[in-house]
Amino acid sequence: MSWFSDAIAWLADPAHWPGAGGIAARLGEHLEYTVLTLLIAGVIAIPLGLAIGHTGRGRAFAVPFTGALRALPTLGLVTLLALAVGIGLLGPLIALVILAIPPLLAGAYAGVEAVDPLVVDAARAAGMTEWQILARVELPLALPLLAGGLRSACLQVIATWTVAAWLPLGGLGRFLFDAIPVRDYGRMLAGSILVIVLALIADGLLALLQRTVTPAGVRASRGVPSPVPSTI
Amino acid sequence: MPALRTPPREPALPTSTRRPARRARAHVLAAAALAASVVALAGCAGSNPLAPETGGTGDGGATTDTIVVGSAAFPEAEILAYVYADGLKAAGFDVDVKPSIGARDAYIAALQDGSIDLVPEYTGNLLQYFDAQATAQSPDDVLAALQKAVPDGFEVLDPAEAQDADSYNVTKAFSQQYGVTSLADLAKVPVPISVAANPEFAERPYGIPGLKSVYGVDATLVPINDGGGPNTLAALLDGTVQLADIYSTTPSIAENDLVTLEDPEHMILAQNVIPLIATKSASDEVVKVLNAIQAKLTTAELIAMNTRSSGDEKASSQRIADDWLAANGFAG
Repeated sequence: MSWFSDAIAWLADPAHWPGAGGIAARLGEHLEYTVLTLLIAGVIAIPLGLAIGHTGRGRAFAVPFTGALRALPTLGLVTLLALAVGIGLLGPLIALVILAIPPLLAGAYAGVEAVDPLVVDAARAAGMTEWQILARVELPLALPLLAGGLRSACLQVIATWTVAAWLPLGGLGRFLFDAIPVRDYGRMLAGSILVIVLALIADGLLALLQRTVTPAGVRASRGVPSPVPSTI
Repeated sequence: MPALRTPPREPALPTSTRRPARRARAHVLAAAALAASVVALAGCAGSNPLAPETGGTGDGGATTDTIVVGSAAFPEAEILAYVYADGLKAAGFDVDVKPSIGARDAYIAALQDGSIDLVPEYTGNLLQYFDAQATAQSPDDVLAALQKAVPDGFEVLDPAEAQDADSYNVTKAFSQQYGVTSLADLAKVPVPISVAANPEFAERPYGIPGLKSVYGVDATLVPINDGGGPNTLAALLDGTVQLADIYSTTPSIAENDLVTLEDPEHMILAQNVIPLIATKSASDEVVKVLNAIQAKLTTAELIAMNTRSSGDEKASSQRIADDWLAANGFAG
């Protein structure tokens, strides 16, 4: 219990917030790394996932491949990449992008795949091009699952950037890695609490986003067994 | 409907959360069985007429005859644990080894709850652990302070000549370009100096603060958490940093022609290898065997043993320990 009160006291100390190694700066770095990772992973995974979902091609490859990617031990990857590309942001960034790709890719292709084929056929019969079907029918209907993938990726990325402080990088992991060897458990726990709070806030915001992007028709028909969307 | 497609994934969760619980129960059972067999074995050992008398300080007969040797979770500590264990075994003691327990917090706790009796340690770090305010630096001062700081029920034996201490290393090119062979030479180096080391170097008296106060060198820390491992070495070799903290028994120092800087002011904490043992296990016979081993352990021997462990040979810790014992006349 005393560690917990130490942690709260450490967090409450205004001297720990400003400055280059302060909480505010570390939070900013952590967010910056997270956003950068999700952007890069998104640019790679989302178009790929949409393409797999729309064409149905590459599925046999994508499913086991993303599963295998999830199994890669991130700390090992960070160490290995740091040896390959040098000490800096690039190594951990690649490792974290690899971590973020599977949930985003799965969200994208599962989202498109889950769209009722009747709806897609109806759109095609109405004269829509394949691009129009993807952009106006499949993508909007896939958004809730895609946002779910983003939530899952975001949570993992926020949690795992902590590990990258194993190398000379910023972010909230600094508090953990710097405090463990000097047995400053209050600071260590405070760092963990900050990671948890950041992850919860980010997840809450993305949950809101997920609700907002869910098309009205999908929301209305949730739980109704009929596969025919009420909006057509 | 996306909402309709997701549920099939959900049922996987309950089974996968249930399984560890079942496995945990199996572990408890296995641990109980193991504990029972250890007790049974200890009983057998006690009735062995050939086994030497050990322990027995008379505190209610709570002692066992089997000496359990633990170790920290890195190869050198593991090798030393096997050196002690198999050295004692050759002298006729019943010994059990629990290698790679974890960090100091974990294996000191194991010593205190009696699940291990003996662990190879390093004087400086152990002193800092028991007394965070300790200021001793040189081998003799550290030993004297450590003997006072060790809690009741435990003791340290003789220190070995062998030291696995922090050491500041530069590349041969850097050493030649600026004429640097000692920490005292660093102040005259005209380029900014950064040091790759574990994060605690920011606060340790032999880290960044010590460079400033003892040698007048302004250095910045590049924290790398691998204890002078491959990432630290890579940062030094590719010029990201000018100095790297690498433990003195690491084979990579010689392999890469690094120059270890001298420390004329004894800023760096001494780290002689030393056995930390529960007093109830430290019978005269045990102490005699361990101190004889200690007398032969040198830094060069440790480097040689580490090279066999981390080099191409990748020999097991026990194999390395047994070969060393045989070469030094401790084999039974």
